Amino acid sequence: MKSRVIAVPYVIWSGIFIIVPTLFVGYFAFTDSNGTFTLENISKIGKYANVFGRSIIYAAVATVLCLIFGYLLAYFMAHLKEHQKSLCLVLLMLPMWINLVLRTQALQNILMDNGIINKLLGFLNIPSVKLLDTSFSVILGLIYNYLPFMVLPIFTSLEKLDNKVIEAAQDLGANSVNVFTKITLPLSMPGIYSGIIMVFIPCLSTFVISEKLGGGKVYLIGNVINDMFNQNYNFNVGAAISLVMMLIMIVTLVIFGFLDDETKEGIL
Amino acid sequence: MDKVIIRLQNIHIEFDDETIIENLDLDIKDKEFVTLLGPSGCGKTTTLRTIAGFVTPDRGDILFDGVRINDLPPHKRQVNTIFQKYALFPHLNVYDNIAFGLRINKKPKDEIDEKIHEILEIVNLKGYHRRSVDSLSGGQQQRVAIARALVNNPRVLLLDEPLGALDLKLRKEMQIELKRIQKQMGITFVYVTHDQEEALTMSDTVIVMKNGLIQQIGKPKDIYDEPANAFVADFIGESNILDGTMIHDFLVNFDDAEFVCVDKGFGENTPVDVVVRPEDIEVCEPDKGAINAVVKIVTFKGVHYEMIAQSKNFSWKIHSTQYKPEGSQIGLNIIPEYIHIMKKEAGTAN
Repeated sequence: MKSRVIAVPYVIWSGIFIIVPTLFVGYFAFTDSNGTFTLENISKIGKYANVFGRSIIYAAVATVLCLIFGYLLAYFMAHLKEHQKSLCLVLLMLPMWINLVLRTQALQNILMDNGIINKLLGFLNIPSVKLLDTSFSVILGLIYNYLPFMVLPIFTSLEKLDNKVIEAAQDLGANSVNVFTKITLPLSMPGIYSGIIMVFIPCLSTFVISEKLGGGKVYLIGNVINDMFNQNYNFNVGAAISLVMMLIMIVTLVIFGFLDDETKEGIL
Repeated sequence: MDKVIIRLQNIHIEFDDETIIENLDLDIKDKEFVTLLGPSGCGKTTTLRTIAGFVTPDRGDILFDGVRINDLPPHKRQVNTIFQKYALFPHLNVYDNIAFGLRINKKPKDEIDEKIHEILEIVNLKGYHRRSVDSLSGGQQQRVAIARALVNNPRVLLLDEPLGALDLKLRKEMQIELKRIQKQMGITFVYVTHDQEEALTMSDTVIVMKNGLIQQIGKPKDIYDEPANAFVADFIGESNILDGTMIHDFLVNFDDAEFVCVDKGFGENTPVDVVVRPEDIEVCEPDKGAINAVVKIVTFKGVHYEMIAQSKNFSWKIHSTQYKPEGSQIGLNIIPEYIHIMKKEAGTAN
């Protein structure tokens, strides 16, 4: 009984801020501007198929790159001495204390045609490069902002790995490649799955990063939704697109959450 | 039996400026059951890890079959280890755990299959091959760890306190089991433990260590009957350890009485340690023995009574089948053969 009482504030909070808004999204998605039921909004989504595709590709590329860099960083960190580990963790978290919009703005300034990188190149008599408003800058922005969300869960799973298990593998004849592929990697899969979920989903729905670093040239589904609500005031189509997005995210969660459970069973 | 398989020569190991192993020399013979025995921090586990290849000595050589293997990484050594808490692979089932070493060595599939079923029979785990390792009890996990190591036919099996996490009954069973497996497979076992009874029960040779130094090497019976110093005597079994004075050869004084003994060569009027096992003390009527004492505590131990008896200067521990009530006066006698005289320890012995 008591534990239920403790949950009451959360139930109220999630009711007001999660369930009710979701119901509104559903309501708008299936009605027209007069509030009568229609499937027209959903049928209009087909027009945005290429934007959906682009968003998924950008999010996937950013997630894969985050996974590669994040795994290397997490592996490096997990093998440091205790005090060096805490220092690294602080350095990793520190940028997250600054608002995402601000960080992205800073990155924009760095990448600009007359930003610090191009000034440096000019100083070295190297012709300047177009960095901003490219696919590169958007992917860079996604990696820069979401890398910590990949590193932390992987780091945690590598930290938990008992060194004795690695010694046991070496003892049984495993060289460093075998140890990694047969022990370290499988045992860090739960961290990888959590990292993928935590990076892929925000990357998929971003609009700030693509707006600031893509300069309108990289138009993602987040931007479509943002424009629908803030410029076109077409809440109905915006809601319909949001609904489809939610569906994609749920599918992602189910796939990787399921894989995660599979491996956890082996670890516990 | 007499061929030396592992030789440690003048091994010296320091961690953070602290000496863990000091100039250790040790020969391990082929097919022998050797136990490294000592309190925690004596360097026994470090010695084992040196043989396995997880610790590189600062000085000295490790020879395997006469070949120096200092620089050989663990995965290339012909030894396998059973770790203290088994260190099974949590993501693999029993079969895959045991198959790990064989698969690394690219053995054919049907050979692996055959070997695993054979070894599962030896460790009494027939039919368990599909189970996940965390569904097993401590004793079963232990057996998987043994099977995982033995299936690779190592020349030497290293065991780091493998029974430490098991309850007493299971531990006794596993002791017998391990001894049986060792004999059946004809492999050299190097066993680390702090449990003296375990060491005496299982070993062909016991090596008693303290502070990174070997105190004594010998057969279990020799170590028990003829401890090299007071530390060994105290560590192996129960003992009464007293300060005594060697008056001259074959005569020693302790607890205000003179005793004939079988030891010589300590000089005259030399301070010595005297060790007497509790079961070697004969209880008699007061004034009929060499020492008079009062029984303070009597505990029934099953086969015998354990008595604590206070003499003028010393509190004796006695194991006797005779019952003497608490508070009664008794006499104590010790025959010469049961009095063990040892040089006074100066810091570390040997």
